[in-house]
Amino acid sequence: MPTVTMTVNGKKVSGEVEARTLLVQFLRENLHLTGTHVGCDTSQCGACVVHVNGDSAKSCTMLAVQADGADVVTIEGLANGDELHPMQAAFKEHHGLQCGFCTPGMVMSAVDLVKKNPKATEHEIREWLEGNICRCTGYHNIVKAIQHAQQTM
Amino acid sequence: MPDGGTGIGAAVKRVEDKRFLTGRGTYTDDINRPGQTYAYILRSPQAHAKIDRIDTSAAASAPGVLAVFTGADMQVGSLPCGWQVHSKDGSPMHEPPHPPLAQGKVRCVGDQVAVVIAETYAQAKDAAEKIVVDYTPLPAVVDMNKALAGGTLVHDEIGTNLCYDWEIGDEGQIDEAFAKAAHVTKIDIVNNRLIPNAMEPRAAVGEYDRATGEYTLYTTSQNPHVIRLLMGAFVLSIPEHKLRVVAPDVGGGFGSKIYHYAEEAIVTWASSRVGRPIKWTAERSESFMSDAHGRDHITHAQLAMDSEGKFLALKVETKANMGAYLSTFASCVPTYLYATLLAGVYTTPLIYCNVKAIFTNTVPVDAYRGAGRPEATYLIERLVDRAAREIGLSQVEIRRRNFIPADAFPYQTPVALQYDSGNYTATLDAALKAADADGFAARKAASEAKGKRRGLGFSTYLEACGIAPSAVVGSLGARAGLYESAEVRVHPTGSVTVFTGAHSHGQGHETTFAQLVSEKLGLPMDNIEISHGDTNKVQFGMGTYGSRSLAVGGEAIVKALDKIIAKAKKIAAHVMEASEADIEFKDGNFTVAGTDKSMAFGEVALTAYVPHNFPHQELEPGLDEKAFYDPLNFTFPGGCHIAEVEVDPDTGVVKVERMTAVDDVGRVINPMIVAGQIHGGLAQGIGQALLEGCVYNEDGQLVTGSYMDYTMPRADNLPSFSVGTESTLCAHNSLGVKGCGEVGAIGSPPAVINAVVDALWDLGVRDMPMPANPQTVWKTIQSARPAAAAE
Amino acid sequence: MYAFDYHKPSSVADAVSALKGADDGKFVAGGQTLIPTLKQRLAQPSDLIDLGGIAELNGIAVSGDTVTVGAMTRHAAVAGSADVAGAIPALAALAGGIGDPQVRNRGTIGGSIANNDPAADYPAACLGLGATIKTSAREVSADDFFTGLFETDLAEDEIIVSVSFPKAEKAAYVKFDNPASRYALVGVFVAKTAGGVRVAVTGAGQDGVFRVPEMEQALAANWSPDAVAGIAVDPGTLNSDIHASAEYRSHLITVMAKRAVAAAG
Repeated sequence: MPTVTMTVNGKKVSGEVEARTLLVQFLRENLHLTGTHVGCDTSQCGACVVHVNGDSAKSCTMLAVQADGADVVTIEGLANGDELHPMQAAFKEHHGLQCGFCTPGMVMSAVDLVKKNPKATEHEIREWLEGNICRCTGYHNIVKAIQHAQQTM
Repeated sequence: MPDGGTGIGAAVKRVEDKRFLTGRGTYTDDINRPGQTYAYILRSPQAHAKIDRIDTSAAASAPGVLAVFTGADMQVGSLPCGWQVHSKDGSPMHEPPHPPLAQGKVRCVGDQVAVVIAETYAQAKDAAEKIVVDYTPLPAVVDMNKALAGGTLVHDEIGTNLCYDWEIGDEGQIDEAFAKAAHVTKIDIVNNRLIPNAMEPRAAVGEYDRATGEYTLYTTSQNPHVIRLLMGAFVLSIPEHKLRVVAPDVGGGFGSKIYHYAEEAIVTWASSRVGRPIKWTAERSESFMSDAHGRDHITHAQLAMDSEGKFLALKVETKANMGAYLSTFASCVPTYLYATLLAGVYTTPLIYCNVKAIFTNTVPVDAYRGAGRPEATYLIERLVDRAAREIGLSQVEIRRRNFIPADAFPYQTPVALQYDSGNYTATLDAALKAADADGFAARKAASEAKGKRRGLGFSTYLEACGIAPSAVVGSLGARAGLYESAEVRVHPTGSVTVFTGAHSHGQGHETTFAQLVSEKLGLPMDNIEISHGDTNKVQFGMGTYGSRSLAVGGEAIVKALDKIIAKAKKIAAHVMEASEADIEFKDGNFTVAGTDKSMAFGEVALTAYVPHNFPHQELEPGLDEKAFYDPLNFTFPGGCHIAEVEVDPDTGVVKVERMTAVDDVGRVINPMIVAGQIHGGLAQGIGQALLEGCVYNEDGQLVTGSYMDYTMPRADNLPSFSVGTESTLCAHNSLGVKGCGEVGAIGSPPAVINAVVDALWDLGVRDMPMPANPQTVWKTIQSARPAAAAE
Repeated sequence: MYAFDYHKPSSVADAVSALKGADDGKFVAGGQTLIPTLKQRLAQPSDLIDLGGIAELNGIAVSGDTVTVGAMTRHAAVAGSADVAGAIPALAALAGGIGDPQVRNRGTIGGSIANNDPAADYPAACLGLGATIKTSAREVSADDFFTGLFETDLAEDEIIVSVSFPKAEKAAYVKFDNPASRYALVGVFVAKTAGGVRVAVTGAGQDGVFRVPEMEQALAANWSPDAVAGIAVDPGTLNSDIHASAEYRSHLITVMAKRAVAAAG
């Protein structure tokens, strides 16, 4: 079995995996980082979004071996100790989550957006979220939260 | 209310958010038990077939495989239906068996045929490919009218595909009223089949402790006690004291996680055979073919009116798809949660409804957000919209003429329900203002200048929730009581744990319920913990659905809190050597009236557990109270939803430009959470109206089996919403609360479709099926054009 | 997903030999289509050869009248490239509209056109601009490259190295999304280049991406939306599914073509 080594949330980790292991499986099953979720099997829902080398990516659509040597950040690595990341804080402030299942992917995607397009309009925010499906919030408060984080990030 | 505002009415930020935002939630698939194995369920690719033979030998010897079971191995009880409906001739509905693993026949794509247990999920799935199933395909029946006509039978042993033929009202009386009517409006409605799609796929972990004989099931459920009862008593014969069901963090439900599913029984049953814990997690494609679907009605309705547009009578004939088996609450959805709502907000004096529930070779259909009430609302509000156009009244005027007046409550409808409160004119007026209905004409002109069409659509709706008075539902066939339970445990240092039978899977109970405690006991939020979802912790519970958590579960908490206060007063009276009648409780302090004697809540709590000088004959130690609350009536939220859409006639694309909702949800405990619930409901309602539709082909194959073909609402499909509340209080519960979980999904679909019809009326469009997706809208415009030209 | 062996060569030559050495090997580029396909167990390669480690396949170069995009260049890089936006804005815009942001962060032009999904966007740009595809073995024109549904002119062991697009005087791509999958239900790329006018349609054809000669001729004579308004593609050659009948697709091609011409200016 191949061995993969990568940096996850600032820590160097490695593990033996079958080549067919998805990055999300490696995170959840080998590293017990269960904050990254799997909500579909067609690479559309975005519950599994993490950052790979600084860009948001679907960890269900990437093999763990493809992330060998990469710098991966998951939802667990976003906060600074007990202090929420501004995007996390904005989601709480604006009630941008309900059941919480899509939330990790949504937050990771939103952080990437604000990094790349800090002044995104509401329309651009909604388009960016094309790869993240939420069934609870109707997106209304997610958009508000991201707009808030544009000010605080 | 304590300082900082954490009581009733405060927009307290959610207590549960931190763990979800930091990836520390614990969903069922996050749970890993020592020695855990994995289940893969082999499902039927056939919609209807006889199973001639299943050869599991190659699978059983595949790498990592511990066991393979089929229906022949798993001889257990049938997955039960919780509500018995009687046909109009008095006969009980047909309840064919629903085995967890198929017994000789499969009846829909996705039916469970076998289960492989292996060391890893990949091994289980690899091995399942080695199972050989010989099927003799049978013709599948998907269309309800064809199913009624006979021929192919989903269940041979009952000799019909008609589950029941139910009615409410007096058909003869109705026909007389129609004969005298000045105008009759008729409409044919299809309420499209939906697939719930909570973002967390269902999962279950079964575990058996050989030493104690106890089973534990971790499952994605909205009601763990109900699962314990149904699975324990009816399917696996495990007594409650040997069965623990835990529903941890659950990633959305919308009804689909109410029901007892085969997979729960399979992993629990198999865990004792294999001797190790077993986890099953649905892949999304499995969710599509195994979660209970929603809606799926075909209806013909007629509305009789006098010359002034007053409604005289409503006659409705509905066919409701049950799918291949009766899911847990399937039978009550198109009857007691649908036909009893057909008065809506109107004074229609006579109503008759016939409902035929029909088996087909499709996934079982059950309650999905709103359940019955969206179907009723869609029917009424589409009919009223059409009636207004036919008799030349405005959409606002026809509604005002027929509203139940605000001073008419309690109001007895002709279809069993008695509404306790409401003010439909108030919600309509507020919505008209919020939607800037006066500015619509100018916006319409601007759209037309761009070659687009703009429409405005109304829905003034009502629903019944806070489900439900046990006596009422019992008399209607429910095999359960629909009360709720709560326990308030005050700890020695004055902090409080509340155990509730309600279950939060997005609703924010940990916050809202804590606000009730904060309000009543004067405690800060940090001192309050809400516990739910574990049958070993919570005494009992009926769970969360039908917008019942606050109106029923919250009331149970209040009842227990009142008992706590009463007991605490006794303790305070004893300590302060006063008469119990003189003890007053306010802002967290017990005082003796007319004196300066005072004890803080925490002191009383400590005394309760350090009862050194209690008169034990009169006063027990401890401060821990339980309550059951059975509501006196349903609650009746209502309101007005106004949709404004712009249609591109060249492509058929409908864009929701404005979505306004003004709802009467009763007293609001946390306005932030209430608004969030309404937003989510609106998105699902707009989803039903414009995007979502389950499609089976004639052979019973599920065409919309993934997000590649089933259109989920995404952020760019929706506008920001305008949401407000305009409340009257519920008259029969102490909090005055009604419920907010379903209103968005109930009220909005007809508003959206009425708006689309309004936009396209001048092109000759008279009706628009759901989902009004681009192709459907474009085709409808194409076929309307010649008709419009002929007019 | 079925089990397979994984290889990550660092040169094109090594990748080709890795494939030749495998029973039933497959290249993976960004993996945004292949991995979902493997997850569904719709393919069972013995070996997966990851092209992600080959530096020479990555990058964007503009020289003279040509924009060359390395096969492993991510969609997001093309969408965000000032060079591409300056030379062929329609190409940058097309790349910025593929899939969703996460797909664009991983997906590559080489992977997209090698797969030739009938609903993919890049094939429309290649055919619409008359691109040249450079492979490990040769150069091939887009007209010859796309040969049918999920079919290309590539040999099993042939790797796309880069795609070269000629600059266009006018060009635009307008797409009508499948409401569920968000793939192109109909996408029309129109371009006026030194080589003439081209109209390429993706998402609709039974054999994948195709050109519309009638529209090209009409636009060559009169570059205006009106010129294509009366031209319809025969529904008999188009796909039909629950989201769009062939008739609706035919109608949409005309509407999207008009809008593309208008957008191109």
